[in-house]
Amino acid sequence: MWTDRYTIAFHAYPYERAVDQDRSAPARHPVVIVGGGPVGMATALDLGLKGVPALVLDDHDGIGMGSRAICISKRTLEIADRMGCGDELADKGVVWNLGKVFHQDRKVFEFNLLAERGHKFPAFVNLQQPYFEKVLVDRIRAAQAEGAPIEIRGRNRVQDLTVRADGVDLDIQTPDGPYRIEADWVVGCDGANSPVRTALGLDFEGRVFEDSFLIADVRMKAGFPTERWFWFDPPFKSGASALLHKQPDDVWRIDFQIGWNVDRKEELREEKVRARVSEMLGPDVEYELVWSSIYTFQCRRMRQFRHGRVLFAGDSAHQVSPFGARGANSGIQDADNLAWKLDLVLRNLAPEGLLDSYSHERVQGADENVLNSTRATDFITPKSEMSRIFRDAVLNLSEHHAFARPLVNSGRLSVPCVYDGSPLNGPDALPGGPDRSRVGSPCPDATLENGYLLGLLGDGFTLLTIGTDAPDEIIVDGIPVRRLHLPAEEAVIERYLGDAHSAVYLIRPDQHVAARWPDFDASAVRAALRRTIGKA
Amino acid sequence: MSALTLSPNIVGPDEFYAELLAAHDGLSKAESDALNARLILVLANQIGDRETLSQAIATARDAVPKS
Repeated sequence: MWTDRYTIAFHAYPYERAVDQDRSAPARHPVVIVGGGPVGMATALDLGLKGVPALVLDDHDGIGMGSRAICISKRTLEIADRMGCGDELADKGVVWNLGKVFHQDRKVFEFNLLAERGHKFPAFVNLQQPYFEKVLVDRIRAAQAEGAPIEIRGRNRVQDLTVRADGVDLDIQTPDGPYRIEADWVVGCDGANSPVRTALGLDFEGRVFEDSFLIADVRMKAGFPTERWFWFDPPFKSGASALLHKQPDDVWRIDFQIGWNVDRKEELREEKVRARVSEMLGPDVEYELVWSSIYTFQCRRMRQFRHGRVLFAGDSAHQVSPFGARGANSGIQDADNLAWKLDLVLRNLAPEGLLDSYSHERVQGADENVLNSTRATDFITPKSEMSRIFRDAVLNLSEHHAFARPLVNSGRLSVPCVYDGSPLNGPDALPGGPDRSRVGSPCPDATLENGYLLGLLGDGFTLLTIGTDAPDEIIVDGIPVRRLHLPAEEAVIERYLGDAHSAVYLIRPDQHVAARWPDFDASAVRAALRRTIGKA
Repeated sequence: MSALTLSPNIVGPDEFYAELLAAHDGLSKAESDALNARLILVLANQIGDRETLSQAIATARDAVPKS
């Protein structure tokens, strides 16, 4: 047996002997997901809810400890809601809107994420990652009970992969010894050090940032408001920068920037961690140290996220610095993008080439995230004398003048990628249509009489109509497209109609806009749908 | 499309230059560097136009002594 790489918070999928281990010939699975973190579980859940058998292999028997990816973005909540667990995340999480930025002992400015009205979910909630993963696994258990073909195998470690033109052989190690299975498709969701990526000898290049950050999760009854507080050169000398965030259960997350050449073991000694925390909170504040860790990071991605029958999602495909909450949130967008495409390909409704668009679109998302998080990192941890001089000049000016505040970068918070220029995009042929719902955009939410728009969209292809007519359902190449008619209410006008008098939107299963026109035209919709599934 | 002004445009060049230097009087090198950085940011905001700013950065970069 192997030893765990981390402590388990919830033993959510203990090892059980699977029937595959007693077969004389390897069993064949449509989709095998390697890695049971949030991205792997979201991919499995999305596939399973569509009726695609999904097998998750995880080398641990549950969910790891540690707050890690705490900021869950609105888009992630919306995707989770499509899969039936958005409310659970939002209810457990801590909603925050206000961010304050300090330079030394002075507040230089604050920002408010308060979203416009008519959205089901807030801009962000904070939730420790184990809770996020637990919600996904609980949702999988509920879906399984309703017949969703999802299986999670704990303590199943992939030892080797053999990729062929039409599938992949996986050699798996378990507490009962090895066995082999076959997969039509493998999704590598096995994290930044991805053993799948390594086994295939694939590239993973980018920029290393020479700095370390110490995370301390502390439980206390503190008077801090539910806000994001960020310090450049804080007056307490616990780090070159510091970030304070509220989490559920009276737990606060503190990140200290502690420099590159540190002795990790020494820095993680409890007395040493407590010294930093106490210097920040003051000598009289009582707290319990819940968890601490040191992280370093790189900004990098694989050149392609599809390699034949193997796809990569989440940290295995791309890594960013943590400023901006663009790690796990982008991984969930990977799952959102991939699941419907795998579903159509496995049902022979779309050509295999559709999966190349997964790589195309999510590489675009990764590049956006790498760019934003690299810029934030360069601002937070200036690496030359002149970059520090300009950084401090921006901070000093911000305290006095509004013009400099947009230059302050303590992390540009995650927003979903608009797939501009995607090969799947159909015509953007709605003159006067709002820019925010242009082709490639994720649909903006809106309150309607019978619920939220995104909830009504569901997870198939949808034809949104506003102020014009269309058939209730059309079927293109075996794929149903259901119509959803929207009343021309204020939010709908603002978010979907703009200056147009009527609109027809073709929406993909991941709720991104595939095409839009002023009126319904059967042949135009047919052509756009064929394009969106990779047939044109 | 706006173009960077590279013909003389400052009214009273000698007075401006003297004022610029006077602003640095008595400052340490670090304080002067900080003042220059703040001044660049203030002026950049006044220009605002991204294309003009790009031309200004390129012009400053390229204007090194001829060898």
